[in-house]
Amino acid sequence: MANAMAADLTARATGATFNYKVVRWFAIMTVVWGIVGMLVGVLIAAQLLWPALNFDIPWLTYGRLRPLHTNAVIFAFGGSALFASSYYCVQRTCQARLFSDGLSAFTFWGWNAVIVLAAITLPLGITSSKEYAELEWPIDILITLVWVAYAVVFFGTIARRTTPHIYVANWFFGAYILTIALLHIVNSAALPVSFLGWKSYSAYAGVQDAMVQWWYGHNAVGFLLTAGFLGMMYYFVPKQAGRPIYSYRLSVVHFWALIFTYMWAGPHHLHYTALPDWTQSIGMIFSLILLAPSWGGMINGVMTLSGAWHKLREDPILKFLIVSLSFYGMSTFEGPMMSIKTVNALSHYTDWTIGHVHSGALGWVAFISIGSMYYLLPRMFGKTEMWSIRLITVHFWIATIGVVLYIAAMWIAGVMQGLMWRATNADGTLTYAFVESVKATYPFYAIRLVGGLLFFSGMLIMAYNMVRTMRGSKPYDAPIPVGVAAHA
Amino acid sequence: MEVMLLLIPLSVVLVLAIGALFWWSVGSGQFDDLEGPAHRIVADDDAPVNSHKPEIGALTAINPGTTGER
Repeated sequence: MANAMAADLTARATGATFNYKVVRWFAIMTVVWGIVGMLVGVLIAAQLLWPALNFDIPWLTYGRLRPLHTNAVIFAFGGSALFASSYYCVQRTCQARLFSDGLSAFTFWGWNAVIVLAAITLPLGITSSKEYAELEWPIDILITLVWVAYAVVFFGTIARRTTPHIYVANWFFGAYILTIALLHIVNSAALPVSFLGWKSYSAYAGVQDAMVQWWYGHNAVGFLLTAGFLGMMYYFVPKQAGRPIYSYRLSVVHFWALIFTYMWAGPHHLHYTALPDWTQSIGMIFSLILLAPSWGGMINGVMTLSGAWHKLREDPILKFLIVSLSFYGMSTFEGPMMSIKTVNALSHYTDWTIGHVHSGALGWVAFISIGSMYYLLPRMFGKTEMWSIRLITVHFWIATIGVVLYIAAMWIAGVMQGLMWRATNADGTLTYAFVESVKATYPFYAIRLVGGLLFFSGMLIMAYNMVRTMRGSKPYDAPIPVGVAAHA
Repeated sequence: MEVMLLLIPLSVVLVLAIGALFWWSVGSGQFDDLEGPAHRIVADDDAPVNSHKPEIGALTAINPGTTGER
């Protein structure tokens, strides 16, 4: 004990600390990009109600802002949250400082440069037109460089760990980093045809391109929006609850089951298209299989509170984390169901899909990120709590009402559209013209806008709380505890 | 569907790689203790130094060295 104390004091004297700097930067940018991305979302939701809101400026039209919204919320907001939480988790659980300060700073500046470039090029109409991979080839190259640096920093930190065990959250983060690298390189393969015009053509053509695109698209959902955020869940839920995960054994099974079975869900995005029938069926079957590991993980996370449910009543951060898991459970039930071809015949191309995506993106991804950032932010400034717990509670309720309004409106609108499009008269003619379904959707677009506005206001409250937490406090880098390795 | 000639072998390679990683992790004892790691991350005290007084008895059992100075 005396030795450990002496070593601890030495460590502090020599300044052996964790690298909280890059975590702090990414945590702050998570809130900033969340606001930007959701503001664009609110704007385009309003444009669907009042088309005049594009002000006849091509840069502000729906078709150009929509990819900016998706890129900003997925890669800027979600990406920053993943960088912050993975860098924090890997350092704390490995009891080691990040592998390289320089490379980790490069991932921060590089990733933010990618986002700024996206915010410039997409409104200008520079796009590869591949969904969730719209950025043109020079930006794709920058993404690749940043990602390689990310992998080096992350796995380098694991390699220098002072604890023998690699905590399960790091396995999830590691799988997400490696898979995104593979997906990005295969899907973004393209032939540049213009340097100054930033123009390229995909390496694949026609239905082949569609298959590669959705192999990428759904695996990005699976590994960035699922595996990455599950890593966050497996670290921050136990930390905030102050209790170990319900079953560590189940979390290990969850990890291997998920990554062994994920890769082939993509074709369900191409039901009833030129994609061969057998490929569509593979996509459907693998999507259905995914229900099992997904729910295993969801139950594992929620049951962490078993025997301590009262904490949920008092702690708004836990509310965010646990409600995010219930949305994860809902979306991972809804997804496999929508991938069944007969259900998809009704849901495809309708707003139901938009509702499903947002139940995952707002309910799961944003909630788990917000909860984790509320845990992280004060610790980055030498505090144990945010400036106002009450404001976190307000944020929680505003955001929850926002998501529920949003997805309920889109569910109803989607099913209604599907039923109207397929309705036929006795003589075989269509009952409704397309424009009639648009007209019927109008009120639901209004409800969706209200839901989005509520969710967006929640982010503003978070930003205010963050600024008040930061005010008057210095950035803080925690010392690396010494003596853990010998006893672990 | 010629692109399947790329995607399917890619999946097979990936599954083999995952299998090899699993084999290594089992062999190297990653899963010998499926209780301790869950408790260890909760015991890791990441509250800022000097910001609180931890319960010494509870922490020193698992994590000596972190509580000495406070």
